Amino acid sequence: MKPTYESPIITKLNAGMMNKFGSRTEYTPVKSIDNVAVADLMDEYGSPLFVISEKTIRQTYQKALKAFKMRYPKVQFAWSYKTNYLDAVCQVFHQEGSWAEVVSGFEYQKALRNGVPGNLIIFNGPDKSAEDLKMAVENRSLIHIDHFDELYMLIEIMEEMENTKARVAIRVNMDTGVYPQWDRFGFNYDNGQAWNAIVKIIAQEKLQLEGLHCHIGTYMLTANAYAVAARKMCELALSYANTTGERVKYLDMGGGFCSSNTLKGSYLQGADIIPTFDDYAKAITSTILQFGFRPDELPLLILETGRALIDEAGYLLGTVLATKRLADGRRATVLDTGVNIMFTSFWYNHRISPAQDFSQHAEETALFGPLCMNIDSLRESVILPIMKKGDRIVVHEVGAYNMTQWMQFITLRPNIVMIDTKGDVHLIRKQETVNTIVDCEVVPEHLAKHNL
Amino acid sequence: MKIRKNIAISENGFIFNPMTGDSFSVNETGAFILQKLKDDESEETILQNLMDEYDLDTYTAERDLNDFLSMLKGHQLTTNE
Ligand SMILES: Cc1ncc(COP(=O)(O)O)c(C=O)c1O
Repeated sequence: MKPTYESPIITKLNAGMMNKFGSRTEYTPVKSIDNVAVADLMDEYGSPLFVISEKTIRQTYQKALKAFKMRYPKVQFAWSYKTNYLDAVCQVFHQEGSWAEVVSGFEYQKALRNGVPGNLIIFNGPDKSAEDLKMAVENRSLIHIDHFDELYMLIEIMEEMENTKARVAIRVNMDTGVYPQWDRFGFNYDNGQAWNAIVKIIAQEKLQLEGLHCHIGTYMLTANAYAVAARKMCELALSYANTTGERVKYLDMGGGFCSSNTLKGSYLQGADIIPTFDDYAKAITSTILQFGFRPDELPLLILETGRALIDEAGYLLGTVLATKRLADGRRATVLDTGVNIMFTSFWYNHRISPAQDFSQHAEETALFGPLCMNIDSLRESVILPIMKKGDRIVVHEVGAYNMTQWMQFITLRPNIVMIDTKGDVHLIRKQETVNTIVDCEVVPEHLAKHNL
Repeated sequence: MKIRKNIAISENGFIFNPMTGDSFSVNETGAFILQKLKDDESEETILQNLMDEYDLDTYTAERDLNDFLSMLKGHQLTTNE
């Protein structure tokens, strides 16, 4: 039998490079996900293909919940719809006990369709229409007011609504020692704006301040920022209690915990530097517990954790379309997974593994997507085994934001499957067809024909 | 295309260029081609050798050989005399 062939390569050995294969984590084949063969998945559902592990979602959720529950008596997660609002994914979180956290009328409708009771929907964001607000008031949802224009709009709406009160909170932004400071959303704590908003709400018969909300940023590398934020939230809650004799029922600390993805430009692997759920939980709960609330008056702690709960459960399977040599001698590998469906490749150096066996030889390569656009670059440089047309790859930790922020650009969006906890595979979003797109288009009569 | 005379090639695919101080590693196929180049074989012969040695179509053999030769050239391991 003839020896198996592998394309010839020559690799320069750099004196400074300790391991000629670079980071070995990118260098183990991933042939199955939750015991389902990657090859089978792709044979049946095509390429590219998103795969979601229900088991991983549930395990991650339980890990996060435990970190908080073992330190604080009243904890509630609200699933951040924007992070991944596929119905099947939301339902897993709702089955686990998560409320819904939405930031648009569209997401709100989705939560209702998923059977979430209106009073367990948190309505965030700067864009709520008058209709959205009315609907939220009627459903007894928690309206988190973002700016004074919204506050005044809600006051006007309530004038027309009889025998009902709106359940509200304000979103608070603040200096937590982390830059950039997210001061675009909500009312500023440090300059007194947040307190002014609270005073305005107190004066309104038909507005009931139920809680306080903040979301200090996303991918927060320091847990201490949450301690600072929690302290300022407690201060506001105390001022409110001193002024009105009433207590706010909850403090909502938003999302922002890191997933173990590696940020672009970071030399360290994400997993080695990010705080754990325990670190975040310690920072938040010890601050609230030590603040001095009476034990029976401790506010409910709400968390809107997004990426840290779902990133790891999502995989993207793809195929090598071509390999080529760039002008400067570097190898380039063209994949069918572009930035159109992998939005987070703008932020992260996603870990990518081959899905089949390979020899011990590796080569530095740039990874590009299939789009006819210069921006379609997934990794500028990664050490991977030698791959050829038709080989398959697995992109890790793509569960957050990709399946919501993806773009319908040049190609259509692919199938998404979920592997349930028994190992059965379910199609949870069908790949788009030309009709998905053109059904929304309308061609004026005079443009219906031409004579080419 | 020929390999420079002073380039050292070890059996396990380790290459040293005393002119620049650079060292390189090659995989099995790379070592196979380098050996042929050192034996002064022509590109046509090497192409044929590759197809005989491995189960390989002309298209892949040609593409990979050209790619490899251009890499050798890029690393200044060849002469054109
Ligand atoms: C108000 C709010 N809550 C929660 C989240 C989820 O954030 P993350 O995915 O960083 O946990 C976001 C995301 O930006 C948000 O804006």
